[in-house]
Amino acid sequence: MSMPFYVSPEQLMKDKADYARKGIARGRSVVVLQYDRGIAFVAENPQSLRKISEIYDRIAFAAVGMYYEFENLRVAGIRYADLRGYSYDRSDVTARGLANAYAQTLGTVFTQEPKPYEIELCVAEVGRTEEQDQIYRLTYDGSVSDQHGAMVMGGASAAAEEWIKARWNPGLSLADGLALAVSALAADPAGGEPRVLSPSQLEVAVLDRHRPRRTFRRIVGPLLVDLLNVDSPTAHAPEMDEGIPGHPDILSASLVDPSEASGPKGASSTATEPSSVEHDPRVPPPSDERGPTSTQRVETGDDPT
Amino acid sequence: MTAAAGAGRLHTAYLQPGNSSFTEFLAGVAPELLPGRRALPGGVEMAVPHGTTIVAAEFAGGVVMAGDRRATMGNLIANRDMDKVYAADEYSVVGIAGTAGVALEVVRLYQVELEHYEKIEGAIMSIEGKANRLASMIRGNLGLAMQGLSVVPMFGGFDLDERRGRIFSYDVTGGCYPERDHHSIGSGSMFARGSLKKTWRPGMGESDAVRSCLEALYDAADDDSATGGPDVGRRIWPRVAVVDVEGVRLIDNDELAGMVADLVASRRDNPGGAR
Repeated sequence: MSMPFYVSPEQLMKDKADYARKGIARGRSVVVLQYDRGIAFVAENPQSLRKISEIYDRIAFAAVGMYYEFENLRVAGIRYADLRGYSYDRSDVTARGLANAYAQTLGTVFTQEPKPYEIELCVAEVGRTEEQDQIYRLTYDGSVSDQHGAMVMGGASAAAEEWIKARWNPGLSLADGLALAVSALAADPAGGEPRVLSPSQLEVAVLDRHRPRRTFRRIVGPLLVDLLNVDSPTAHAPEMDEGIPGHPDILSASLVDPSEASGPKGASSTATEPSSVEHDPRVPPPSDERGPTSTQRVETGDDPT
Repeated sequence: MTAAAGAGRLHTAYLQPGNSSFTEFLAGVAPELLPGRRALPGGVEMAVPHGTTIVAAEFAGGVVMAGDRRATMGNLIANRDMDKVYAADEYSVVGIAGTAGVALEVVRLYQVELEHYEKIEGAIMSIEGKANRLASMIRGNLGLAMQGLSVVPMFGGFDLDERRGRIFSYDVTGGCYPERDHHSIGSGSMFARGSLKKTWRPGMGESDAVRSCLEALYDAADDDSATGGPDVGRRIWPRVAVVDVEGVRLIDNDELAGMVADLVASRRDNPGGAR
């Protein structure tokens, strides 16, 4: 009878942890940070396989590591949230519950499967105020930590995280927050010249605190270029959805009007809703059951007819 | 998965790849939550609230759907301000007639189904895809329908590929029929349809189409006791949704109040709306 080699549990766990850590460090980083109107997610991700995703009304997910492993958990998270929201109520879906379910799953896989997941996750829920925001970080072994301010996962995240935490402060505008995140992603861990990241290499999304119902929006195209451009006056994502047909979670239209004739919102809103010109951006816009009304839309210039 | 394999861990059904339908997921993990999966005692006639008339009409650039607000239970009015027209997602609406309780459950499930697909796939379902998903839900309800708890919806949406409004109607067995120009369902539908035939014009604008739908509901309420007319005393107006290239918009009550007042005034001393 052959005897299996004895491996101490400490050694077994250490080997698995080293394996997982190495896998995670190979990929590119993701930054999650709070800004004055919500929570922003920034990933260096030039491809269309996404690292950031909507889970539910006020909850989003970001991940680094093996794509098929975190994609699996992303879908599981959406199923978890939708089932809970359907059988209870939309307001009963919380990031904490989801983080716990993820932690149990990651922990079980880490201890019981031969190969641990090579992923790190972030589950974030935007609150009514900055203090109520919840950001959970989950690692390959199922440990959960509650984060505040800014966090970095994947790649050479330790140095970047230290760097960003030292510079983050409450009440950052979205443009300032994105600038901070991009500098953290572009920094060379070896201390060399920072790389230059163009908007097309970035995947950016926000959970906008002041939106009703689904708060997750991806920021792409001219809007992202403007937000990243320090010379542009654009500091915030629009609080209204744009009238461009397509996936409703996309914000892309530039807020800078080339003609300077009128504000980007002035032209369309004066006709239908004069009071909204002075609308305080911090107050949630008037809404119906399905979210923002389309009576007030951002003028886009390429009005399809 | 056994309980010993980690209590609290996400069930394997959650981690199964390749399915972006919430209904199918639900059938696997919690079939009791599906409206059509309930065993009913046979042969019992129940008095339950029924929703009544829904009308829809295409216009240049979109589609309008409107529903009256009455739910009836036999000869009684069960509810005066029930909503029967709902936004299904950003670009479509669904109107329901039939057993109110089951219909509301179907609508709620359908809304989650579309949102679930949108989140998992990162794309909007095609309008035909949406219409077919609704058909399969109605099909799943056939057992209940045969015991008298039928639900018949009407689906309207903006076709992002063809850039126009589309209307689909259904039967209790889940048959899905694309409709041209306009359509109506529910107990007052034959009067509403007659009215729409006379007031609807091809290529009409949004406000004219809304007016046409309101008029059709007025005519339905005139002849069908189960359809509620405009309730001036309580300020309850029909629910009207417009879907165009910018998405779904429910017309607010103040705007409707003006249109309804116009309509009621035009019918004074001319109850049939002769013109």
